[in-house]
Amino acid sequence: MDWASWDEFWAMGGYGLYVWGSYGVFMLAILIEIILLRRGQKETLKRLKRLKTWETQ
Amino acid sequence: MSISWFKYSSPATFYGLAGTLAPWFAWSAGILAVIGLYIGFFVAPTDFQQGEAYRVIFIHVPAAWMSMFIYLVMAFWSAVGLAWNTRLSFMMARALAPTGAIFAFLSLWTGALWGKPMWGAWWVWDARLTSALILFFLYVGIMALWSAIDDRRRGDKAGALLILVGAINVPIIYFSVKWWNTLHQGASITPSGTSMDQIMLWGMLIMAIAAWLYTIAAALIRVRSIILESERQTEWVANILEHK
Repeated sequence: MDWASWDEFWAMGGYGLYVWGSYGVFMLAILIEIILLRRGQKETLKRLKRLKTWETQ
Repeated sequence: MSISWFKYSSPATFYGLAGTLAPWFAWSAGILAVIGLYIGFFVAPTDFQQGEAYRVIFIHVPAAWMSMFIYLVMAFWSAVGLAWNTRLSFMMARALAPTGAIFAFLSLWTGALWGKPMWGAWWVWDARLTSALILFFLYVGIMALWSAIDDRRRGDKAGALLILVGAINVPIIYFSVKWWNTLHQGASITPSGTSMDQIMLWGMLIMAIAAWLYTIAAALIRVRSIILESERQTEWVANILEHK
């Protein structure tokens, strides 16, 4: 273990902004994709159902 | 051969298969990412040249590798689709592109935040960075082309052509640090070995495998929606819609 304390961990030897700026945006991007993927599946099903009811009417 | 591979190239069969497989890939990606991040932050030592800033490597390199690799896989499916007119191949290319674009963006973003403290600049127009930026633009251009063409088959073919032409950029990215004098450092891993510390290398490889599994999961989930859309006139999709 390299870190004497959590403060030291978050400071990243003075590179905190760069390291956490990278990881933060990385996690955020993946999280957004996961949300969009889950929503996309549901919305496709919904939309196709609607289309089908229109077509059969 | 008892397994009929052609069976799985039918969208109807693949729809179910993708739904079964996706959670397994997603969960193993998550578990490996936790292990990789633990190694990256708590096991791997401080770099003697770059201090703690080097820890960006555990996401930067996997993102950059995936952005190139996903592109090559898309090029492969495009070639297969154009040669044999297999619908599922084009669908796979469509399913992979968004994740490839995200990784291309993340490789640029994490690279900028690593470059600033190490080189003193967020961005330089060297061969590696410029060709990586072009890769990101290619992804965006391909997706824009697809959404601009309403006719699915025409969109598939136009997209596949653009993907194949753009594939020339991938070896340019890969070899750019060799061919030109770049500010970007050379490859840490080459066929003849590695210049990295063992534990750092392990952290990076585990993160790369996690990114791979994540990509497969994302593509499988996305291809299911694409299959439903393009097969919506068929009976089996009608069945699914009724029972959901």
